[in-house]
Amino acid sequence: MLIKLFTDFMGWVDQRLPVTDAWNKHLAQYPAPKNFNFWYFFGSLAMLVLVNQILTGIWLTMNYEPSGDGAFASIEYIMRDVDYGWLLRYMHSTGASAFFVVVYLHMMRGLMYGSYQKPRELLWIFGMLIYLVLMAEAFMGYLLPWGNMSFWGAQVIISLFGAIPIIGEDLTIWIKGDYVISGATLNRFFALHVIALPLVLVILVFLHILALHEVGSNNPEGVETKKRKGSVKPEELSKFKFHESYTKKYDIVDSVPFHPYYSVKDIMGVAGFLILFCWVMFFFPEGGGYFIEAPNFTPANALQTPEHIAPVWYFGPFYTILRVVPDKLGGMLLMFAAIGMLFALPWFDRGTVKSVRFRSKWHLANLIQFAICFIVLGVLGTMPASPTANLIGVITTCGYFGFFISLWFYSKNEMTKPVPERVSH
Amino acid sequence: MSKEPVNNGRRRFLTAATAVVGGVGAVGAAVPFIASWNPSARAKAAGAPVEVNVGKIQPGQLIRAEWRGKPVYVVRRTEETVSSLANHDDQLRDPNSENAQQPEYATNPYRSIKPEFLVALGVCTHLGCAPTHHGGDFEEFVEGVENGFFCPCHGSKFDMAGRVFQGVPAPLNLVVPEHSFINDNTLLVGVSPGDA
Repeated sequence: MLIKLFTDFMGWVDQRLPVTDAWNKHLAQYPAPKNFNFWYFFGSLAMLVLVNQILTGIWLTMNYEPSGDGAFASIEYIMRDVDYGWLLRYMHSTGASAFFVVVYLHMMRGLMYGSYQKPRELLWIFGMLIYLVLMAEAFMGYLLPWGNMSFWGAQVIISLFGAIPIIGEDLTIWIKGDYVISGATLNRFFALHVIALPLVLVILVFLHILALHEVGSNNPEGVETKKRKGSVKPEELSKFKFHESYTKKYDIVDSVPFHPYYSVKDIMGVAGFLILFCWVMFFFPEGGGYFIEAPNFTPANALQTPEHIAPVWYFGPFYTILRVVPDKLGGMLLMFAAIGMLFALPWFDRGTVKSVRFRSKWHLANLIQFAICFIVLGVLGTMPASPTANLIGVITTCGYFGFFISLWFYSKNEMTKPVPERVSH
Repeated sequence: MSKEPVNNGRRRFLTAATAVVGGVGAVGAAVPFIASWNPSARAKAAGAPVEVNVGKIQPGQLIRAEWRGKPVYVVRRTEETVSSLANHDDQLRDPNSENAQQPEYATNPYRSIKPEFLVALGVCTHLGCAPTHHGGDFEEFVEGVENGFFCPCHGSKFDMAGRVFQGVPAPLNLVVPEHSFINDNTLLVGVSPGDA
């Protein structure tokens, strides 16, 4: 009786909006390669953190006061007087760092298995746009507690734009809406942080997933599981029923439906993630001064510079690249170039073999040095400047850019291993 | 329905013209959104340049003005003070003002437009306290230097050009704000010469 009622209801809806069809196409009958490993957790974990940020963010705005006079006090109010306010805030602040952790690992997965290569270039670019918006979102969010590091961190980053010739100074005043960082700046950052950028972020995530489902998921072997129609013997096709939008064009092999196979697997990832997340959130919510920096426990003060202005850890790599250039404008250009390189990665890599498993020793070594350089750059970014740090910074900056440039040269005629026809493991 | 044949040229023109008008409209509509990010009238008023009458300052005297919420020190330096500035370069962190703590037109040995007048923010570059002016009794802090600024918070020392001495916590010279002179007696803080 109830089941019939539900079927009838869904039939009524489906005639007006293809809900069941969308469910099948993107979940229950979406062919995902059968050999995903743990690196494939981080996409769904990023979604989970996004939901966490939006939900806790909305709840924080209910007690937060976006004004130069009230912001800092309202955070203390949330922490002390609002029931579970401390938990909501720590979920949000720990979530910010967790977001970057999972996104960096998600990007590393893409690098390892060539998930940016043809035909997934646009998918990669949507991902990079998400990363870019996420950095803007995090930067603006960090101003909102109106602590002294909020203030001076924003001061340093906004003053970067002052290095642009001719329009620089006016541009910084336009961004700040005042001659100094003030309540006007705080208010507009709040508006962008809670409405504009999250909206863009959600749209980009939607496009990222649509683009993924159009080209299909890559896998650790980098072997396509969508074969040319008619090229696979019927007994070798995947046994599952996939949506006709995929089977019409391709023969699907070595795949399982995303739901329930990977939806359930991802729950395992979520469980592991939440253990780590809660451990940090309950025991080290300040992340040892890396998630919430110590000077942020005193209110913003334009007359008192913290002794050491360091960005939050996830901006570290780019901050170091900025600092190693003795010229302000040059440093800013090199920093943006570092992000630009990532955008252009699908075209730096001229190889056709995707997974590092079948690529040359050179490529493996290059990938490892890139990962090490990125981490070292990140560590340096949180440390005070010193001649030694600067030297290491220069070397690792060269390593960072060297990854892309050398890739362009060797990938054309790379000594790769034979790639199997089918996914093996 | 008209029976005339379709005039493709006219259609294309009308389509293009409509699109252009629409585009101009969109650009026009963007103006208020972009312009609303400029400093508001209130912020502009609070950040407006400040006029200071320097005609009545006695040689060696310091007066304070306020500009954008920060104290501005204006000192009329005596000729002896100006000529003695070069005597202690070896004791300073940045005697030649290589760090951009001053506008280009004040990047000179006395860090000002007129050697006579020092214009500097009274904000210690260490942690933002207000350094105190010691006219004539600065030798108790630095031997052989008669005048200077001493920051009571953490003991940073600056000379009469706002240059920081070595061995103190402050890393940089005092900030010299943009300034210019309207006439011999009137200083304008916040506007560079020629920009007024």
